[in-house]
Amino acid sequence: MELLNAIAIGAIAAACIYSLLRRSLLKFIVGIALLSQAVNLLVFTSAGLTPAAPPIIEPGMSAPPETIADPLPQALVLTAIVIGFGLLVFTLALSRRAIEAVGSDDLNNFKNTDT
Amino acid sequence: MLLLVAIIGPVLGALIAASLCKAFPKKAGWILASIPAVIFVGLLTQVGSLNGLQAESVSFAWVPSLGVDFQLQLNGLGLLFALMIPGVGAFIFVYAGGYLHGHPLSGRFFTFLMLFMTGMMGIALSDNLIVFFVFWELTSISSYLLIGFNHEDEAARKKALQALLVTGFGGVAMLAGFILLATAGGSYQFSTLIAQGASLAQNPLAQAALPLLLLGAFTKSAQFPFQFWLPNAMAAPTPVSAYLHSATMVKAGVFLLFKLSPIYGGTPAWSITLITCGTITLLLGAVTGLFQRDLKRILAFTTMSVLGMLVLLIGIGGELALKSAILFMLGHALYKATLFMTAGNVDHGTGTREVTLLGGLRKAMPLTALAAGLAALSKGGFPPLLGFVSKEYVYKASIDLASLAPVLTGIAIVGNAMLLALAFKAGVHPYWSSAAKPGLGKSYSSLLPHTPHEVPFSMWIGPIILASLGLTFGFLPTEWISNLIGPALSISSGVATTVKVSLWHGFNLPLLLSLVTMALGILIYLAREHFWKKQRIGTRIERRSTERAYEFAFHQFVEKSKEVTLLLQNGSMRFYLWVILGVSGLLLSYKLLALGGLPAFPSTEGISILNTTITIAIVLGALVAAAARSIVNALAGLGVVGFGIALVYGFNGAPDLAITQIVVETLTVAFMLYAVLKLPSFKRYSKKSLRIQDAIFASCGGIIVFLLVLKSSALELAPTISNQLSEWSYPLAKGRNIVNVILVDFRALDTFGEIAVLGIAALGVSICLRPHLDRRQLSADDNLIFRVGANALLLTCIALSIVALYRGHNEPGGGFIGGLILAAGFILYAMAFGEKAARTKLRASPINYIGFGLALALVSGFFGPMTGKPFMSALWLPDFTLPLLGKVHLGTPLLFDVGVFLCVVGFTLQVVFNLQASSSDLPKRAVTSAKVEKKEPANCL
Repeated sequence: MELLNAIAIGAIAAACIYSLLRRSLLKFIVGIALLSQAVNLLVFTSAGLTPAAPPIIEPGMSAPPETIADPLPQALVLTAIVIGFGLLVFTLALSRRAIEAVGSDDLNNFKNTDT
Repeated sequence: MLLLVAIIGPVLGALIAASLCKAFPKKAGWILASIPAVIFVGLLTQVGSLNGLQAESVSFAWVPSLGVDFQLQLNGLGLLFALMIPGVGAFIFVYAGGYLHGHPLSGRFFTFLMLFMTGMMGIALSDNLIVFFVFWELTSISSYLLIGFNHEDEAARKKALQALLVTGFGGVAMLAGFILLATAGGSYQFSTLIAQGASLAQNPLAQAALPLLLLGAFTKSAQFPFQFWLPNAMAAPTPVSAYLHSATMVKAGVFLLFKLSPIYGGTPAWSITLITCGTITLLLGAVTGLFQRDLKRILAFTTMSVLGMLVLLIGIGGELALKSAILFMLGHALYKATLFMTAGNVDHGTGTREVTLLGGLRKAMPLTALAAGLAALSKGGFPPLLGFVSKEYVYKASIDLASLAPVLTGIAIVGNAMLLALAFKAGVHPYWSSAAKPGLGKSYSSLLPHTPHEVPFSMWIGPIILASLGLTFGFLPTEWISNLIGPALSISSGVATTVKVSLWHGFNLPLLLSLVTMALGILIYLAREHFWKKQRIGTRIERRSTERAYEFAFHQFVEKSKEVTLLLQNGSMRFYLWVILGVSGLLLSYKLLALGGLPAFPSTEGISILNTTITIAIVLGALVAAAARSIVNALAGLGVVGFGIALVYGFNGAPDLAITQIVVETLTVAFMLYAVLKLPSFKRYSKKSLRIQDAIFASCGGIIVFLLVLKSSALELAPTISNQLSEWSYPLAKGRNIVNVILVDFRALDTFGEIAVLGIAALGVSICLRPHLDRRQLSADDNLIFRVGANALLLTCIALSIVALYRGHNEPGGGFIGGLILAAGFILYAMAFGEKAARTKLRASPINYIGFGLALALVSGFFGPMTGKPFMSALWLPDFTLPLLGKVHLGTPLLFDVGVFLCVVGFTLQVVFNLQASSSDLPKRAVTSAKVEKKEPANCL
């Protein structure tokens, strides 16, 4: 199972790096979106996978079963997903404004701060 | 008590200055002047209470961990120096009130001036090297702000920076010197070090400290080779030149030399350096000054010259020389501030400071003329003024020298004579030289920008009083003068002494020398126009001075910095990423190898057709997103990746994550539809070779990450904090959903930070899209079925979101998920009925939701402190049972989660509504209108 996740993360990371390196600002944003996904999955996977054992205490019990998925990375990833969304949205709005101001989405045309 | 008041008073003044200037624009100068006046009177009462080496101290811990105490001390020398600061300062404030009358930024000016005064009082009174340094730097910084007060003027900014760099450089050197000196002497307390006296100077560390300390003193007091910043500092408004750059700040270096004199005085290094640099500065200043035509510049060069004289005298050392230096410094403070203020008055009254245009102003400006004349006479050393007394002592000291007497006496005579001539040029010529005999062949009044007139009361009262003080000083009770000068001399010589200062010494050699000086000085004065005609010579001396070295160093520094910066910051995003990712990749690879090489091939346990398929889908989705040439394809690729990952979360015991991810993916698609479709589609900008390079680079990165994941999951970790959190979850936090408990209870402060980030992101989006907000709204979808469906779905979403929120503590759900669900419902509604309708349905602006949510989350945190527990501790009400819901427990974590919920709703809707409102135009507009938009100030760049 870890193997599959590792492949997925590696592939997303590669696609992310390639997209980030593009001169098109829009591709760059695609790269940012992929980056969040890769990192979230990385944090989730690196804590170890525990299939089908959510970190929830059954009614009537006061402690969780012996083997449950690690709740801490889940909490981290949960907020990271929402923050990642916020980041993406902000980047998009900013890029849109920037593209309108500069008149191009070619990052090589973003040369000064006074446009 | 007095010590603290003397420091805190100006700080308070700085705090109230701006509002005072707004409330009482006309009287602010007078009101603010009361602060230094009170301090001055307070200090004045201390004269006579300190004898010899006596001192009063206060001290409290400041940085105990570093052994730095806030130590203040009032001793004889400090008192004399401290008296000059508020004494002159009070008149400067009154004067500045008139000078800046109606200036829109006078509040700022007074604030800076008060800050400066704080720094000066601190220098005079601090007894700790570090405290001294801090106040020293405060004066440098406030001086920078004041020289550059007319900051629209590029020259003023440049000169301000020059002064800051030179004095700042010296300040840092001085700090290093202080550290060496403190190490040598075993204490950071001035008085302790000074008590060790000359024996400390034998310590090699203390000897190494000397050049650094002298750097500090010489830069501050404009000694050769750092003298060039002082004339340039005349770019400042006149009150600043009068106060900082003649009466007080430039004397701080001299003050430091006085203080260090008991330690280093008499050592060869000390005497030779001080006498050499002092002499050069004295002569250089006086000679250059002779050629100046601008009143303020003439005075600046005399200040430089006088500072040189003081340094020379301290370098000579011994009781006589130090005594004459103290008297000279005192006299200078009184007459130089006066001359500067009268120069400002002339500028104010006639519109020019060019001396060749001025003459005969005594009729139009009688009071200014009186003050200037008195000051010039004092400066020229005419009896019975203070200048005369101090000059007598200078000659006494120089004659008293064994070997150097002829040389130094000669220098003193020449220097004093030139100073006299310069004093007359600034204080006599503009007022008394005949207006009928034009300086350079033209009549005066026709050349003046406006008809001369006397200045207002606030601008002549200060100069008159200060000038009269110079006159009356010689007639003050000798006992009082002895009480003032004696302790100061004791401190600076290190031996308790008493002095007698008298006006008349009988017919002796110093008197004869004084007469020679006057005669010589008047001769030079009479030849003034010959010097003015050769103004070029003065300019040439200035240009060839050490300023060139400074400019060269400054230029080189900037150029080299640019080169280095361009090497690293060449503006290409691709280059940055290559560097950042490349270095990270190399470091990661190294760590991988260091941790025992490549990971073992992992077990294939748990791999099924289903999850293999999901993985393949994710991989393909990612590749499509990266390679896609159309936006829709890229979005589809991203969507596959997102939903694939949601499934991975779901299959691996993370239902909360799966739900969140699915909702976020849905929102992202909706969002992208609005945002991206209005943007130009992808273009291929890079050449194929570059693309191949990048693809290889990216693949290497992917492989490193792949290996890293395998390695990390193969590592055996120690029991983590998670186990503890899981155990506590129900008994302590009353929650069965451990993830949610972590979010809203154990790590609530983190979550609060995160929702705050969301709020800020929403504001950022609004600002970026604001110019479009007033456009017409997106035409809503007319499909009836869609509309009915959207209405029903909104209701469903509202219900679902509340359920998710409520049950989140025990089962999958919570504020984040609930908020996203609700937002999704509203977005759908907005698609069907338009953004305006959705806003109406929402009842309040999304921004208000964010604000209310943040406030609620914050408030929930304060229940803890109210019951004596830490911030954000959870509190629960006793459980109770309700029909339908069963057992209910309410507590602050639920309140916090509601805050999160509202914040997420607000954020999502704020950004989507903004985008929707701004997306009504066609995509073409984005590019075609770009050129027009360039002229508007950018809102987000």
